[in-house]
Amino acid sequence: MIEIKQLHKYFGKLHVLQGIDLNVNKGEVLSIIGSSGSGKSTLLYCINGLEPIQQGQITVDGIPVHEPKTDINKLRQKLGMVFQQWNSFPHLTALENVALAPKIVRKMSKDAAKTIAEKQLRHVGLGDKLDVYPSALSGGQQQRLAIARALAMEPEYMLFDEATSALDPELVGEVLDTMRLLAEEGMTMICVTHEMSFARDVSDRVAYFHQGHMEEVGPPAQIFGDPQSPHTRKFLASVR
Amino acid sequence: MSEPISFFSGFQANDLLFLGEAAGRTLLISTLSITIGTVFGIFFGWALQASRWLAQTTIGTILDMFRSVPLIIQLILFYNFFPIIGWNTSPFAAGAVVLSIYTAALVANVARGGIEAVGIPMRRAARSLGMSYWQDLRYVVWPIGLRAVFPSWVGVALSVIKDSALVSVLGYMELLRASQILITRTQEPFIILACAGAFYFALSYPLSKYSQKLEESWTS
Repeated sequence: MIEIKQLHKYFGKLHVLQGIDLNVNKGEVLSIIGSSGSGKSTLLYCINGLEPIQQGQITVDGIPVHEPKTDINKLRQKLGMVFQQWNSFPHLTALENVALAPKIVRKMSKDAAKTIAEKQLRHVGLGDKLDVYPSALSGGQQQRLAIARALAMEPEYMLFDEATSALDPELVGEVLDTMRLLAEEGMTMICVTHEMSFARDVSDRVAYFHQGHMEEVGPPAQIFGDPQSPHTRKFLASVR
Repeated sequence: MSEPISFFSGFQANDLLFLGEAAGRTLLISTLSITIGTVFGIFFGWALQASRWLAQTTIGTILDMFRSVPLIIQLILFYNFFPIIGWNTSPFAAGAVVLSIYTAALVANVARGGIEAVGIPMRRAARSLGMSYWQDLRYVVWPIGLRAVFPSWVGVALSVIKDSALVSVLGYMELLRASQILITRTQEPFIILACAGAFYFALSYPLSKYSQKLEESWTS
């Protein structure tokens, strides 16, 4: 379970997250929606310790993320993350991209790392691209490669930071399908997204962020059908 | 009437051997300086990138001085400075030390550029997989950064091979110094400088060619 209590985050004087309280249960899919600059991506960076926090606490399965004594590299193995920019390692083939972290972080043998990399690449539909370099893959394929790379660490949670925002419209579908597949398999997911249909159809809960606050959170039917906050209503009206 | 005495004698085959030996010394001092300078340069480049303020004001300032002052001035200053601090050094050692620092100063900027070429999003992606700072440097930043700045490093290495000619002012018998001696004896500067140039080319060309091959293998 991921527990966020009274989280405050500043970038200099800018108060980006202003007292966020949120729990995400095992097996749950939470989508975070909101306009740009509302702090939703920053929240994901804070959850896996890529950004320091100034106040409050985040725990993952009871382990505080920002405590100095926490082995953050070990904790991050529980938290797969997929970014807006896929960031494939350009000097490695698809298979090597996925096998790298299992080999050096999980200390798996070369063969075991290769086996798990192959399995995850097939999982995301890239079984025929094992020996291809990222430069020869489309944006959608590279994003699926990034998903496979995160899955190869066998994480318990997956964080998606606008995973489809940088893609051409015709490539968005294949990445969303992969995310749907993971949700169906029971993966715990936090998805920062602008894809309202995904948030509505796949999520168990949807949270709406506005200017550093979590305005409201609830089942998709409630957020999309009967939003309580005027900000949420305004935002949803603008994206429909 | 006896023939006039000549102090000069023409260019002979064994003079080529003399130049060849000198080219060997050029190769030695260049290889040594490039190797040591590159190792230190990478370290300095990393320090400049990792701790901006502290490294910039300390290492950065010193390296800027070495980059800005002409190498010939550095060589003469240091060669005369070493005995003052009680280190009676040979022209080779003084030349190697100064050339190494000079190379390090140039490589530091190349290395910093290499690290910065990788970009924060890529490094965050690596860290998000559970890689430690050092694993990220070793497995992600190093290979990607190296490919980005390798041509610049080759440029530095080639220029250091040529700049090593300046060590001749300390009396080290490298290629240029040997050529000057031969020119004095033979009065045939054209042939001798052409031979010396050919030796420099022979030293530099394999590095240039090998680096091209390496870059091609990275892009294929």
